[in-house]
Amino acid sequence: MVMVLASTVVIAVLPLVFILGTLIVKGAGSLSATFFVASSVPAGQTGGGVGHAIVGTLVIVGMACLMGLPLGIGAGIYTAEYPGTRLATACRFVADVMNGTPSIVIGVFAWAWIVARQGHFSAYAGSVALAILMIPMVMRTTEEMIKLVPHSLREAALALGYPRWRATLTVVLRTALPGIVTGTLLAVARVAGETAPLLFTALGSQYFSLDVSRPMAALPLVVFTYATGPYQEWHRLAWATALVLIIVVLVLSLAARLATRQRYQRN
Amino acid sequence: MTIRIETDRVTAMYGKFTAVKGVSLKFPTNRVHALIGPSGCGKSTFLRTLNRMHEMSPGGWITGQVLLDGQDIYAPEVNAMQLRRRVGMVFQKPTPFPTMSIFDNVAAGVRVNGRRSRRDLSHIVERSLRQAVLWDEVKDGLNRSALALSGGQQQRLCIARTLAPEPEVLLLDEPTASLDPQGTQRIEELLFELRNNFTIVIVTHNLHQAARVSDTTTFFYLGTMVEHGPTKELFTTPGNDQTEAYITGRFG
Repeated sequence: MVMVLASTVVIAVLPLVFILGTLIVKGAGSLSATFFVASSVPAGQTGGGVGHAIVGTLVIVGMACLMGLPLGIGAGIYTAEYPGTRLATACRFVADVMNGTPSIVIGVFAWAWIVARQGHFSAYAGSVALAILMIPMVMRTTEEMIKLVPHSLREAALALGYPRWRATLTVVLRTALPGIVTGTLLAVARVAGETAPLLFTALGSQYFSLDVSRPMAALPLVVFTYATGPYQEWHRLAWATALVLIIVVLVLSLAARLATRQRYQRN
Repeated sequence: MTIRIETDRVTAMYGKFTAVKGVSLKFPTNRVHALIGPSGCGKSTFLRTLNRMHEMSPGGWITGQVLLDGQDIYAPEVNAMQLRRRVGMVFQKPTPFPTMSIFDNVAAGVRVNGRRSRRDLSHIVERSLRQAVLWDEVKDGLNRSALALSGGQQQRLCIARTLAPEPEVLLLDEPTASLDPQGTQRIEELLFELRNNFTIVIVTHNLHQAARVSDTTTFFYLGTMVEHGPTKELFTTPGNDQTEAYITGRFG
C-alpha cells in the first residue's frame, strides 16, 4: 500500500522535476545581466533581453493588485461577517463560478469591454482582466481565513465593549492576516503567469514602455511570441524567458510560505 | 444591602426556541453569585442577557427587564458597547488576542474607550495584572506574545483584561472549565479577593466550586429558575426536590 502511494507521489512530482530540469538546461545558458535589463532586438539579430517584459509584468500585475485586492478582500470580509445574507450567498456562488471560468473567456470579456470600445490595446485592459481573475480567488481565501479565527475571540472583543467594526478590524482581521497574505500572494503568482487574458488586452510589445494606455510587454506574452516564432534564436529566448517567469512565480510562492511560517513561530 | 443587578421576568430566545423562561432575580453588590444546573439549562444564556451579549448570538432576543443600578440596560438610550465596559465578561476558554502582546491585551479594553497616555496605560495594566494575581509572573515580559502563557495564566490575563476598564460587574462563564486543578485553585482564590470590589456572577458546572466561592446560588433547570438562595442553605437544606436531586448527583 505504502509503495503504491509512494509511486503515485513520484509520478506526480516527475513532470515538475522534468519541466524545471528542461528549463534550466535550455534556458539558464541564455541568462545574463543584459538579458534582465535589455529589451527585444529586431528579428534576425542576436542578443536582447526581457527587461521590458519584466517591467511590463510588474506594472500590469501591480495595477491588477490595486484593483483586485481591495475588492477581493472587502468582499471576503463581507461574506465571512454576514454569511447568511442573500448577498453573501450570491457573492459566493458567483465567485465559485468565476474561479472555474477559463481565463481566456475573461480575456475576451476585457477585450469587448475596454479594447473594442476604445479601439486600441492597452496595459490597463490587461490589468482589468487579471484583476477579475484575482477577485474570486482572493475573496474566497479571505473568507476562509476569517472563518478560521475562533468565534470566541470576536466575542471576547465585543464583551470588552468593542464596536463590531472594530472587533472585525483589530482582532479578527489581524489574526487572519498571515493567511490572507499567503492567499493573496498565491493569487498574484497565478495571475502573473496568465497568458490568455493578456493576448487580447495588453497585446505585448517589443519596446520598453511605462504608458499604461498603450500595449505593453509581459513575460508570458514574450514566451508565447518567441516560442511560436520561426527563428532558432527566438526559441532560445523563449526558454530563458520561461525560466525567468517560473523564478518570479517561485519567489512569490516562497514569500507566501515565509509569511505563514512566521505565524507558527509567533504562536 | 444594595442591589446591583435585578432581572424582571427575563425570557431569552434563539429565534423561536426559548432558552430562559421568565427569570426574576436580585444580585446584591459585592457578592459572588453562582448559577448552577445541568448542560442546556439556560444558565449561560441568562448570564449573557446581563451584558447584552445574548443579542449578538444568531436569532438572540429577550423580553423582560434587566436593571443595572436601577437602570434598564435594554432601554433604547443605552449604548450596548458602553454597557459592556461596565459589565465585564470572562469566557470558558481563555481568549487572549493572539496578535497582541500581554501589555496590549490588558490595555485593549481601555484603548477602545478612547486614547490614553502611555503612563496612564502602564499604570492601568499593572493595576489590572496585580488584581488578577498575574503581575509577578509576567512583569518582566509584558511585550511577549500572550500565547506564550500557560492556560491558567491566559485565563488570568483575560480576567485582567476584563478588569482594566474598571467594570462594576464581572460575569464569568465557566472560567475554570478548561483549566487544570492548580489553575482552577488560583482563579478561585482570585475570586475571593475580587468580591471586595466587584459584583460577580459565575456560571459553573462544578458544584463544589459553587459551594466554595459563592454567597448565593441559583439553580436552573430546563430554562427556568428553580431555586435561589444563600449558598449554604441551598446546598444543605434545598427547598426543592429537583435541586436536591441535582446537588446530590442524581442527574445532570
